[in-house]
Amino acid sequence: MGKAGGLPDVATVLVTTLLAGPVLAGLAGTVLPAFGYLPVLGHDSFSIEPFRKLVSMPGLTTSAALGFGTGLAASLISLTIVLVFTAAWAGTDTFRRLTRFLSPLLSVPHAAAAIGLAFLIAPSGFLVRLVSPWATGWTRPPEVLILHDPLGLAMTFGLVAKEVPFLFLMTLAALNRPHVQEYLKAGASLGYGRMATFFKIVLPQIYPLIRLPVLAVIAYATSVVDVAVILGPTTPQPLAPRLVGWMNDPNLSLRLMASAGALLQLLVSSGALLAYLLLEALAGACLRPRLANGHRHGREAGARISALLPMLTILAVMSLSMALLGVWSLARSWWFPAALPQAWSLERMLDALWAGGPSLGVTLIIACGAATVATGLALWLLEARGRRETGRLKVLIFLPLLLPQIGFLFGLQMFFLIAGLSGTLTGVLLAHLIFVFPYAFLALSDPWNRLDPRYAKAASSLGASRARVFFRVQLPLLLRPVLVTFAVAAAVSTGQYLPTLMIGAGRVVTVTTESVALASGGNRQIAALYALLQLAVPLAGFTLAALVPALAFRNRAAMRLER
Amino acid sequence: MVSSSRTSGLVLDHIVLRLDGQPLLDIDCRILPGSVLTIMGESGSGKSSLLDFIAGFLKPDFRAQGRVILNGRDLTLLPAQERHIGLMFQSPLLFPHMSVLQNLMFALPSTCRRRQERRDLAERALADVGLAGFGARDPATLSGGQQTRVALMRTLLAEPHALLLDEPFSSLDRTRRGEVRDLVFALARKKGLPVLLVTHDEEDGLAAGGQVHRLEKAARKGRTYSAASADLA
Repeated sequence: MGKAGGLPDVATVLVTTLLAGPVLAGLAGTVLPAFGYLPVLGHDSFSIEPFRKLVSMPGLTTSAALGFGTGLAASLISLTIVLVFTAAWAGTDTFRRLTRFLSPLLSVPHAAAAIGLAFLIAPSGFLVRLVSPWATGWTRPPEVLILHDPLGLAMTFGLVAKEVPFLFLMTLAALNRPHVQEYLKAGASLGYGRMATFFKIVLPQIYPLIRLPVLAVIAYATSVVDVAVILGPTTPQPLAPRLVGWMNDPNLSLRLMASAGALLQLLVSSGALLAYLLLEALAGACLRPRLANGHRHGREAGARISALLPMLTILAVMSLSMALLGVWSLARSWWFPAALPQAWSLERMLDALWAGGPSLGVTLIIACGAATVATGLALWLLEARGRRETGRLKVLIFLPLLLPQIGFLFGLQMFFLIAGLSGTLTGVLLAHLIFVFPYAFLALSDPWNRLDPRYAKAASSLGASRARVFFRVQLPLLLRPVLVTFAVAAAVSTGQYLPTLMIGAGRVVTVTTESVALASGGNRQIAALYALLQLAVPLAGFTLAALVPALAFRNRAAMRLER
Repeated sequence: MVSSSRTSGLVLDHIVLRLDGQPLLDIDCRILPGSVLTIMGESGSGKSSLLDFIAGFLKPDFRAQGRVILNGRDLTLLPAQERHIGLMFQSPLLFPHMSVLQNLMFALPSTCRRRQERRDLAERALADVGLAGFGARDPATLSGGQQTRVALMRTLLAEPHALLLDEPFSSLDRTRRGEVRDLVFALARKKGLPVLLVTHDEEDGLAAGGQVHRLEKAARKGRTYSAASADLA
């Protein structure tokens, strides 16, 4: 018999420590220097001097507003696109087909997506080239600020393109709940249009499941660094990338101010979260009375088409961006305004690949290590907890994703420095784990809970020990989702920019940190190649996750993917 | 092994199950080796929870009093895998990632070590239920009746000392049902196993031949609750 409630099991305690420990320690390590206390650098008294210096920085308000505005806008736009599209098309062939395209986009690291997008929309980018010079007359790139525009539009668009696939897959997972399909039918049989059925019947039920992911997106988008560096405004930059600049400044006294800035970032992100919660309450109050007003919104053809367009645009933009990465990495010369390269070269790509080898190796080691540990821990946690309610635990596991990374990474960096882990592979791997584990748990908990518990019952009533039930029955039955979880975890690790930068201290270089550094440099070919290398890790992971179960279970009809 | 010793059989000793403090069912009885006790009741009457309790799977939100005693041994605090209680569910639940033979070999006790011997025992079990030569098959390719027969042999190969049947015939069509049912009862009788059958099919109860007890859905209606007590001795 299992334990009767009460005391938490070892796995829960371990995971709680692993996640909450670094976050709390990191926060403390940020708060203290922000108030002037940093004994390592000889500051051992408290003062508000760091804040005074912070406030005196030019354009600080603009920076904070940019972080708040771009992040919140990107999150709201992404959520709207996803919900409206799902409402209009769930259950159709179009929906299924687009799902297949959107899922792989989730594993594209933010930095790679931003670089591809920059190649597409820059003044010297592919879109301008397509219409130049025959339509525009431009023989040189026009001097307009499409990238790095002061309002952060390009950055917002880049964030939307990346968050839409994420929120879409979260919604898709929520739609997998039992009976949702029946509710869709029930709505239709009562004469409600598709979209009305979704918004009036289905969404109120599944919204609690997508709420945490939305909040995570807001926290991330308001404090993003890599996308902001590649696409965002420069005069001034949004708050987060400015903070990283101060933190890495050779003038060490700027660190105190940077810590004060990290607290401001916490304020900006929580402000955005609060604004979202207010909007949510407002929308609820406005819409709830309308649930039962009987309007069926049967004529919806126009609305459905306009729901499809943004989704198609994002798909097209992302696919083109990825294709451009490929073209650029093979181009030897590609002068404006030619739509395609004048000369191609495989050798230069191979040279660059050779040069990129070490950083790809580091990326792989960290990604595989973090993914193995995260998947293993998630399995252990789920097995140990049995079928107990995971609601509260889920919030805790999500905690590192609901805070801006920068808010506690500054402090964490210091602890790692003291522990001698700064600049080591182990240190970076541990830091990645904080952000990788939540996704691993998220990816695995649904399949785990969906597994028919009677298989385990049958096995133990046959006399199998708990370990035997786990390794011989539960694990093989879940082989596919476990491998997918591993791939998701490896993809998340590959995409980590800030933790690698802060904890790696410039000595641990991954393809992601390298490509962000290269993106601002002049060599587009190398930048494209590194961005492509970022894609290689998730691609390999997901290919394995598809191939291995297909081979292992080639003679087992019930183990095939139901579709 | 059918004996009339005072301790043999499955004794459900003053068992009371409660959910959120409300009594759900109580039962006090003894099932002799080779005989069948049938419990009939609507869904919600707590019969699945009773099976869970006996087999060692009761969910933490239930509270239980009483003891489960099998051939004189108190099982109440033992983990499921040490109870030697065979379970059959509504569906056969053959492990879909294993072959038919692997499913059977999974059930064999590890005391039987030699691979060839394990294989032979599993093959023989298959032949016993008319499925000789099905060992290499993917369980998903078997018919419902065939799967139930494999599931039965899988349960028996684990050498259980009692059988709990949770409507194991409900997934079969009418013609197959009688056949498989007779097979199960015949084998249980031959091995002298006490059998607890839970069903809502009157026919199952009749075919079992033993005593039949009905649970009434009650807990939520008022103070009366499902009660069944019997001594088949």
